[in-house]
Amino acid sequence: MRHLIRLRAKIERKPSLPARTARLALVIAAIAFVSLFLVLPLASVFAQAFSQGWRVYLAAIHTGEIVDALKLTGLVAAIAVPLNVVFGIASSWAIARFDFIGKKLLVSLIDIPLAVSPVVAGMMYVEVFGLHGWFGSWLSNHNLHVIFAVPGIVLATIFVTFPFVARELIPFMQAQGSDEEQAAVVLGARPFSVFWRVTLPNIKWPLLYGTILAAARSIGEFGAVSVVSGHIRGRTVTMPLAVEMLYNEFNFTAAFAAASLLSFAAVITLIVKKAIELSTEYQRSKAEQGSNE
Amino acid sequence: MEKALANQSGSETGIGGEVANAQVCKTCIRGFETRPVLQLILHEESYIMKISFRSAWHSLGLLLALTALALPLSAQVQLLNVSFDPTREFYEDYNALFAQHWKATTGQNVVISQSHGGSGKQARSVIDGLEADVVTLALAYDIDAIADSGLIDSSWVTKLPNKSTPFTSTIVFLVRQGNPKGIKDWNDLIKPGVQVITPNPKTSGGARWNYLAAWGYALRTAGNDETKARAFMKKLYGNVPVLDTGARGSTTTFVQRGIGDVLIAWESEALLAQKDAGPGKFEMIVPSASIVAETPVAVVDKVAQKHGTEKIARAYLEYLYSPEAQELAAKYFYRPTLKSVAAKYDFQFPKVNTFTIEQGTGGWRNAQAKHFADGAYFDQIFGK
Repeated sequence: MRHLIRLRAKIERKPSLPARTARLALVIAAIAFVSLFLVLPLASVFAQAFSQGWRVYLAAIHTGEIVDALKLTGLVAAIAVPLNVVFGIASSWAIARFDFIGKKLLVSLIDIPLAVSPVVAGMMYVEVFGLHGWFGSWLSNHNLHVIFAVPGIVLATIFVTFPFVARELIPFMQAQGSDEEQAAVVLGARPFSVFWRVTLPNIKWPLLYGTILAAARSIGEFGAVSVVSGHIRGRTVTMPLAVEMLYNEFNFTAAFAAASLLSFAAVITLIVKKAIELSTEYQRSKAEQGSNE
Repeated sequence: MEKALANQSGSETGIGGEVANAQVCKTCIRGFETRPVLQLILHEESYIMKISFRSAWHSLGLLLALTALALPLSAQVQLLNVSFDPTREFYEDYNALFAQHWKATTGQNVVISQSHGGSGKQARSVIDGLEADVVTLALAYDIDAIADSGLIDSSWVTKLPNKSTPFTSTIVFLVRQGNPKGIKDWNDLIKPGVQVITPNPKTSGGARWNYLAAWGYALRTAGNDETKARAFMKKLYGNVPVLDTGARGSTTTFVQRGIGDVLIAWESEALLAQKDAGPGKFEMIVPSASIVAETPVAVVDKVAQKHGTEKIARAYLEYLYSPEAQELAAKYFYRPTLKSVAAKYDFQFPKVNTFTIEQGTGGWRNAQAKHFADGAYFDQIFGK
């Protein structure tokens, strides 16, 4: 017993001076690193964007090319994200709730988009839907455009954002188990009600979290989209492509204005993400209090 | 109001209308009765889900509408011009000029879209299905490659005047103000410590012109000794720190990022960069010999047939030879082929002692096989 008390005192004692200096040095190094490689470059984007004043910035954002790119990026995200929410819920439901042959394979397959380079993802679609690809001549004969048109950009975006929702949901649903759903079924709930009133409310925070990550990625994706876009101005140029295009045209204010819009989107994503994390914690602590009573 | 609606629809989609059952179910689930707030969120959540499903349908509808717009049925004529990197500014103005001309002569509205990138990459995209009505590329070989895939008639080069080349350019050097490294000719580029910026000949048309201009010079000074010329090229590319994929990328590397002592570039690109950067930043250096860079144009026959745009596509390219278009080309520092306009703008182009690709390497197909194919000279020079 005495040993234990002494040990506890040892642990709770203030750390020695060298230890404290080391800790301080590490903190300073970390802050310096983060500000040098993250904060400073981000700040320079805004500095460049506003270098010629508010008016020039606003005028740059209102140019046809950026407006077209914004619309296209919004459209692509509006299609890709809801579809990925549906696919993500379906696949994590199947993986977390059922046992079937090939389940492990499916889990690994979901991770492919994270492992594969986006450029390769784009090239896969060119190989499949390009003029000399598998469906190319059929599509061309029926005057359908996939590659070098909006559908191709949407497909590439869906591919690269696919894991985000499923990756968030699978561990959460596995940890949670299916007790509540079983109870609902025993009490006579139909499958759809079980999903709508039990499963969905339970997974809503991780779902929202995954959705936001998927949305952020679909807005920012460059590599895969660049391969399938064809870079037709005003028609298949998304925001990240517009940034590169404008930069290459010596149109720096507009390029950095577009980049600053993307950065705004990133900052908003971070804030929403943090808010969700906090509210999940709050829910959990409340639930724990409830069960303690 | 919205919340009320959501609540209503929430209970409708509830447990099959069996109210008693639903209530039992609700109270039996752990935590539900202690967390009335969550129920509210539950309803809101179902409402949110509905919105996102609805928006998915809306966007699907929008997508279909967009595809419909892309069909050539619309009253407006649409043309897609797939071009190489440094012509962005020129074609932006030319498209407006041509649209005006076409409206005046036929009364029809035309909307011209543009796509720009490294010439080789652009040709690849057209072969893979980018539906260009016309291509305006950096060199004949890239159009030949599209012709080989069957999309362009193999006799394209004879269909328009001057080997289907409305204007030409040449290859020059851009150095920093005051020419600190004292660069005057090609042999100054192989000196140790000189950083040379040029794009990748595998993807960029301009880069292939750069390479062939250097090759032509090396062959001439070495008395047609290929071994010596190859040693020269090896030293030259040994001085290249970055190979960008396109000419514009290289210009940005040199002008904006401040990398390198000398940029090998299109004359038009060098003059434009000099003009954009303002006076006192860069100097243009004309080497003792350089190549006539021919930038040809062609209608992509198969695509134009499919779109029904053969006539306007041809007119679009023919109008490039008109005095108005030639003047515009000269404004963007391309050398006009129309004699009268060429004479008028003679003052802005330096005198360059030029050779053609036929004189230098015996045509594009030869040059491609010998220098740029997989494992050919360029790979040997740059790989080791």
